[in-house]
Amino acid sequence: MQNNTPSACESCAHNPNTSLKRLGVEVENTDYVIALAGNPNTGKSTVFNNLTGLKQHTGNWPGKTVGRAEGGFMFNDNSYKIIDLPGTYSLMSTSEDEEIARNFILFGKPDVTIIVVDAGRLERNLNLVLQILEITDKAVLCLNLIDEAKRHDITVDERTLSKDLGIPVVATSAIRNVGIQELLKTVDDVAKGKIKCTPHRIKNVPKEIDKKVSKIQASIESLYPGLPNARWIAFRLLDGDEDIIKAIEEGEFINDK
Amino acid sequence: MDKDSAIKSLLEEAAETRWEIGQEFHDKLSESIYQNAAHIADRTVIKEGQKENFNIDRTIDSIVTSPIWGFPIMFCVLAVVLWLTIIGSNYPSQFLAFLLLDNAYEWLRAFAIDLGTPWWLNGFLIDGVFLSLAWVISVMLPPMAIFFPLFTILEDLGYLPRIAFNLDALFRKSGAHGKQALTMSMGFGCNAAGVIATRIIDSPRERLIAIITNNFSLCNGRWPTQILLGTIFIGQMVPDSYQSLVSTASVIGVALLGIGLTFASSWALSKTFLKGEVSSFTLELPPYRKPRILQTIYTSLIDRTLIVLWRACVFAAPAGAVIWLVCNITIGDTSIANHLIYLMDNFGLLIGLNGVILLAYVLAIPANEIVIPTILMLTVMTAPITGYGSGDGVMFELDSLGNTHEVLVAGGWTLLTAINVMLFSLIHNPCSTTIYTIYKETNSVRWTTLASIGPVILGFIVCFVVAQVYYML
Repeated sequence: MQNNTPSACESCAHNPNTSLKRLGVEVENTDYVIALAGNPNTGKSTVFNNLTGLKQHTGNWPGKTVGRAEGGFMFNDNSYKIIDLPGTYSLMSTSEDEEIARNFILFGKPDVTIIVVDAGRLERNLNLVLQILEITDKAVLCLNLIDEAKRHDITVDERTLSKDLGIPVVATSAIRNVGIQELLKTVDDVAKGKIKCTPHRIKNVPKEIDKKVSKIQASIESLYPGLPNARWIAFRLLDGDEDIIKAIEEGEFINDK
Repeated sequence: MDKDSAIKSLLEEAAETRWEIGQEFHDKLSESIYQNAAHIADRTVIKEGQKENFNIDRTIDSIVTSPIWGFPIMFCVLAVVLWLTIIGSNYPSQFLAFLLLDNAYEWLRAFAIDLGTPWWLNGFLIDGVFLSLAWVISVMLPPMAIFFPLFTILEDLGYLPRIAFNLDALFRKSGAHGKQALTMSMGFGCNAAGVIATRIIDSPRERLIAIITNNFSLCNGRWPTQILLGTIFIGQMVPDSYQSLVSTASVIGVALLGIGLTFASSWALSKTFLKGEVSSFTLELPPYRKPRILQTIYTSLIDRTLIVLWRACVFAAPAGAVIWLVCNITIGDTSIANHLIYLMDNFGLLIGLNGVILLAYVLAIPANEIVIPTILMLTVMTAPITGYGSGDGVMFELDSLGNTHEVLVAGGWTLLTAINVMLFSLIHNPCSTTIYTIYKETNSVRWTTLASIGPVILGFIVCFVVAQVYYML
């Protein structure tokens, strides 16, 4: 029997989950699309399960999420589709996982990308974060596993991190449902443009290389005005990325805007 | 300038610049990214008590991945998991058998007689379909419900990547992927689950190797066969006090032979049909984490156990029907089953088996669990022995080991037969659930055929050789 009246707990103002409604796998025609990216074994799937109410299998070994999983949730009357991308260390090589993750962020044009990082291993995780920030300018950093980091006497200065990266940072412990509400609120704000991101761009590129990158970048921008990731595409072209070359040949970057 | 030529000139410009910068671009860029990351981390990460603490994770790792202790610890863990599975599933298995085979079965029969349905319909549905389903559920559900959660807890704990780390070198030498260690261990629970797990391997070549060789991981449908035969034939060769030791050793021996065959066949495949480079992979040894026991049990029950059980049931139900039919439809004076047994008997004896065993393996393609019940039923039907069984085409299992031994010996079994059935149970085609899974994963009739027929041929060869050596001694 289906009971449609919400229980006293569900409708109570003190329930922190009131504004979140989990939709499981109902993901047709949502208002916003969210991508969930990050290094392997940082708890992406736990965040995913937390938001969607799905029971995507989680496990303590890298490379467990194969392909991508989709789910949905409602937050503040907007419906969201969320895609759990395979965990990768980088987006610059050509393994299948990296291609899936990169192609989705690049061509799927998600409204917001949540980048999940392990607070206890921030430096290593930033490698991927900085690459993602070259591709998209709408991202939220989910600083996960903070309790585990704390156990190892590691704390992260979220404000400085947020300033340096130019995107909002939310500390979470997804396993214990800590910080998920704030993460949702932040994602919602970024999706609706209430928070503007000014993402970090890779610095310290050797001068003579940087000059050449800028030249290519200018050519790309004149071809596709308003493209947010012209610099990254220039990087990939100079790296000889066959997929990107093919995508340009086939005109996949021609904006629908 | 139109778009097409603009694109063309852009790509030309990029190609030219790439030529100017040369190979080092990728490294230079990576270097910059790492510098940026280090800079940011330096500003934001605060470590309290800078002194290097005693690192428990690293200490455990230095033991479980050490060249000396790594392997013994791995085998101990595997042995404990298998032991818990075998011992632990005994009681729920007996309970389910009591419920489904003794009570529900009798009740259904009585009900059908009251209803007055024709005997062939009762036989087909109750003795055939229901009984095989009941067998599969009572033999398969408890071990899976124990094995998969244990496996998942090891996974949550972080031990599985260490296994992969330990076995990586061996798999590499066999031309396969290090992650195959994980899919191989998964196969000890169920080959179909193991085949699905190969999705973690990126390279199609190495994934195929892992899929085709997964069959050599002794799955839980085959453990009972091994344990039964190990106990009543191998164990009985030695004095009482050594019996359990020797029978356990014989079962573990078969499992280890399976692991050996996994390496050997991976090597053979990578040298013949599936030539290619071994791809490298980064495996970060994750921190050890406290597993969440309840959640683990829930997800592994839903994700693995029930899905695999459902598939097994879907295949076992028609198999039960077929078993009943071949035993009850007669051509001339004898049943189809008897004709088939007669046909296969000579070939069976040549390779140290017999017609009954071969027919049972054909009928039991849908589920390895029903091999022993089918062998017993067919043996009683054909052998000069009375007083056992409940009729043609009705699967049963005997209460005491002594009875089983008696029936099998009456069916012409010798020590050789037992050894060869144990070997053949390891080396034969995968069950139809696994075959179907292989097809769904590879989408290729060719590879599915190789993965199905290859092991049978190898099994025949191994049994033949063992039989010839046995006859010579």
